[in-house]
This record gives sequence, structure tokens and C-alpha cells, in this order.
Amino acid sequence: MFDDLRDLYQEVILDHGRRPRHATRLESFDATAKGDNPMCGDRVQVWVKYGPDGRISNTGFEARGCAISIASADLMAESVQGRTTDETRALFTAFRELARTGQCPACDAALNEPMERLKPLSGVHEYPSRVKCATLAWHALNAALEGTNNATSEGGTP
Amino acid sequence: MSFDVAKIRQDFPILSQTIRGKPLVFLDSGASAQKPRVVIDAMRNAMETQYANVHRGLHWMSERTTEAYEACRDAIAGLVNASDRAEIVITGSVTNSLNLVAHSYGRVMKPGQAVIISAMEHHSNIVPWQMLRDERGIELRVCPITDAGELDLNALETLLADRKVGLVSITHMSNVLGTYTPVERITQMAHAAGARVMFDGAQAIVHRKVDVQAIGCDFYAFTGHKLYGPTGIGALWARRELLEAMPAFLGGGDMISSVTYEKSTWAQVPHKFEAGTPPILEGIGLKAAIDYFLSIGHEGIAAHEQDLTNHAIARLSAIEGIRILGRAQDRGGVISFTLDNAHAHDVATLLDRQGIAVRAGHHCAEPLMHRLGVESTARATFGMYTTREEIDALADTLIRVREFFV
Repeated sequence: MFDDLRDLYQEVILDHGRRPRHATRLESFDATAKGDNPMCGDRVQVWVKYGPDGRISNTGFEARGCAISIASADLMAESVQGRTTDETRALFTAFRELARTGQCPACDAALNEPMERLKPLSGVHEYPSRVKCATLAWHALNAALEGTNNATSEGGTP
Repeated sequence: MSFDVAKIRQDFPILSQTIRGKPLVFLDSGASAQKPRVVIDAMRNAMETQYANVHRGLHWMSERTTEAYEACRDAIAGLVNASDRAEIVITGSVTNSLNLVAHSYGRVMKPGQAVIISAMEHHSNIVPWQMLRDERGIELRVCPITDAGELDLNALETLLADRKVGLVSITHMSNVLGTYTPVERITQMAHAAGARVMFDGAQAIVHRKVDVQAIGCDFYAFTGHKLYGPTGIGALWARRELLEAMPAFLGGGDMISSVTYEKSTWAQVPHKFEAGTPPILEGIGLKAAIDYFLSIGHEGIAAHEQDLTNHAIARLSAIEGIRILGRAQDRGGVISFTLDNAHAHDVATLLDRQGIAVRAGHHCAEPLMHRLGVESTARATFGMYTTREEIDALADTLIRVREFFV
């Protein structure tokens, strides 16, 4: 009945939505920020810990929301592991493009590996009202990196 | 005339659409209802043949349009059984109507007085009172609901006891739980305690007869677009003596009697509260919607929707993992539910794939969501054109949705 929805709800998304690996508040962290989508009530908080080399050594989150938003937060936490803040911002830009358009022109060799991990989420581009579910955790992570503490996926660019 | 849902459906052009290759099953009328052909035709006809601004032109077009627009006020007065057409203030929405009362009647309340709302209000009947509280030192009291989703009348009695309450503003029908509130009883209790009473009729007026004189309340707000009319128009019924005593809200054209730089005087009610060019075409459309609604008749609509509600509760309750919120004795065609292991947004997306439109989220009632202990729900709402087969399609699809997320 829902065969055509398997593009959106791929097994990896259902799996990470059901059993997220990084859905935990970090006891020790260097930055944190909250994100919320007031229109649908989704909320997320992201915690980031940097290693001595300045790269992200650990990311945790607490979220309430749909399968897409939980899975996206979890896959994000996996994909930014070990990356510099500049690399993470570039990844956010590329992911936002992927979620909005289903395309990833910037997925060059440098981003290839993490973007492969995020590609199961590309199906959201066909559901405009759900794109923000996929990008909310990224907005929060970006706010944490910027030190602004709060982000919303409402209003501005998803 | 007997109630014939198949015939009614033919009056709504949009219902014959297919969505994603499936027949449209529109179960979101509580958010906004579809429009019958007569409403669409009335608005188009006005634009094609007799449109001009109202209340000020001395030419044929303006006179004809004024007449057609003012007929909406009479239709609204008839719908709610107002004793005087001047008691109908035409606004843009229920939200506008509630804000009008908060900003105008709220200004004649004194600091230290209180407003009572309930724990099952839409944000539009919460936020204006918070603004009033913060600006004027009005206390905001929230009357709790029972676990069944009914207003706790004992608690209301207690909240009224100190006679400090200036206004009780409560929904006539919850947009989440489908609960009807006992409006006559609430009115008696409030009046006995010296308080005025307002009801938010956004949901209720679509499903049952509203008689403001029989209820005995002081204010009643409703909107056009849920009543099969256009968006952008709503109404406030209020007792004439209250409207006359209340200060003007928005200032501008149409609401004045005379203007000089030193002083302006206000027009008679209801125009005192109708600043600016009104929703002219929407008024013409709403008049057509009310006429259509009354031609079908409250009795037939109410009986049909009660049957749908009972059928939906029976079918959905039988599905494992589904929890219906609220079990009020007196409830109507608003069914909010959760499904184990699935977020409401995911449920709504899967239903949408089968052409079934439901609402998902907090339904602009976040405090109620907290009270119910849920983050969000999916919500199916019914209109006069909803069929038993559509409820069956919802239930059959939900069984598959459940399997998807197990």
C-alpha cells in the first residue's frame, strides 16, 4: 500500500527513527543549542564536544518529533564525527540542498563519504512540508557552532 | 427534506477530485471546510456584475454591493438568533473577534479583575488574555478539564467564588477533543458570580444550532471559513448595551461619525467596531454559505455527523495501538488520536499518500497537549459532506500504517 513511500521512509530512516544511537545529552560538552519548529511543535537540543585537535569528537541530541526528524538528527551526529567546524558547515549547506532539491551538486570527493550516509533523507524533497523536519537538527547544530544557542527552521530557508 | 449526503457532495465541486491518483478523502474540515458551488458562484457573480466599495458610494454599484454585503449581517443575526442586527460585528476571523473583546471590553475591566479560560482552548483564546494580563494587570485563571475531557464545573464554581472575575471566555466545542461545553450552565454560573461570558464558537456553530438568546451569554464569536464560507470573514455577536459601552478598538474609516484633528466621534454600533473597508466579497460569500447551510438544516446535519462520530470512534477504537483523546458524553465530529510507535506527522504523510487529508500537530492548543501528556496528535474532523465510507477508508488505512511502523 505504501510502496511509493519507501523513498521517504527507507529502512535506514525507520531504523534510526526507532533506535537512534546518539539520542543522549552529553555530560561534558563545549557547545549546545536548541532548535524548534513552532508550526509543528518539533524540538531538538544538540550538544557538541570538541577534541584537542578542534574537531568534533562527539555529538548528542534530545529531540521530540517525527521519524524523519529523529533519524536526521541521528545521521547528522554520525556524519559530523571527527569533522572541523568548517567541514561541518559545508556539510550542512550540502545537506540542505539535498533535502530541498533531492540533488547534491556539491557532493564532491571531500563530502562524498558523509553525504552517502545522508542520502536516504533525500526523499523529503518531494514533501515540502517535511523538509524542515529533516533540517531542524542541522539548524540547531549550526547555531551551536556559531554560539547562538537557538535556531528555528520556521520562516527562513529550510 | 431528508438528508442526502450523496446529493450534498455534488454541491461541492472540489470533492470529486483525485489526489495522488486516489479519490480525495477530506477529513480536515475542522481546520477549514470546503465550499459549495453556491458560495463560489455568489462571489464570482458579485465580482462580475455588481462590485464596488460599500457604505460610501452614491452610485448604483455601491448601493447594490452595500445591500448584498449588509444582507450577510442579517443572515448571521438569523443564524445565531440575535434580537438585533446591530449586535453583529463583522470581523476577519474568530481570532479577530476574541482580540476585539480583549482589547475593548478588556479596557473597561479593572486591574485585579480576572478572566477565566479553560484548559482546552485554542491559542486564539489564550494569547489575547495573556496580553491583557501583562498590559492591564488582569489575572488569568484556567479552569481545568476532567480526564474525560470535560470542563470541570466544580473547579469553575471555585474559580468564580471570589467574584473578581470580569469575563469567562471558553470554547463551545474543543477543536482537539470534540467536547461540547455546557454553555447554558456556564452562563448561569458566570452571571451568578457577576461575570460576563463569551464563547468561541469556531467549531460548534458548524455542527449544532446556536441560539445566543437561549444560551444567555454576552459574546459569541465564530468564523466563516469553517462554515463552508470564504476565509477572511468572521463575526462577533455581543449584547447591544455592551457594544455601546465598550471603547472602539481599531480606528479608521467607516467606524467614525465625524473627524477633526482635535476629536473624532464614533459611528453607531456595530460600525464603531468595523474600521476600514470590510470583507465585502467574503460577506456575500458567507451569506450564500449560511443560506445553503440552513437549507440543508441543523437537524439533518447534526444527526449525520453524530452517526459519523459514533462510527469513527467504533472503528478507530478497534485498532490496536490507537488511542482516541477525550471521551466526553457530549461530543461531536472532531477525533484526535495517537498511534503507538508513530509520530502524528508520519501518520499524516502516510494517510496523505492514500488521498486522506487529516491534520497533525498540536492543533494550536499546546497547553492542552501538555495536559493530555502528548506532543501531537492526528485529527480527523467531519463536515456535512463526510461519508461513512471515508471513515472506513481512514480506519482501513490506519491498520496498514500501524503495520508500517511496528
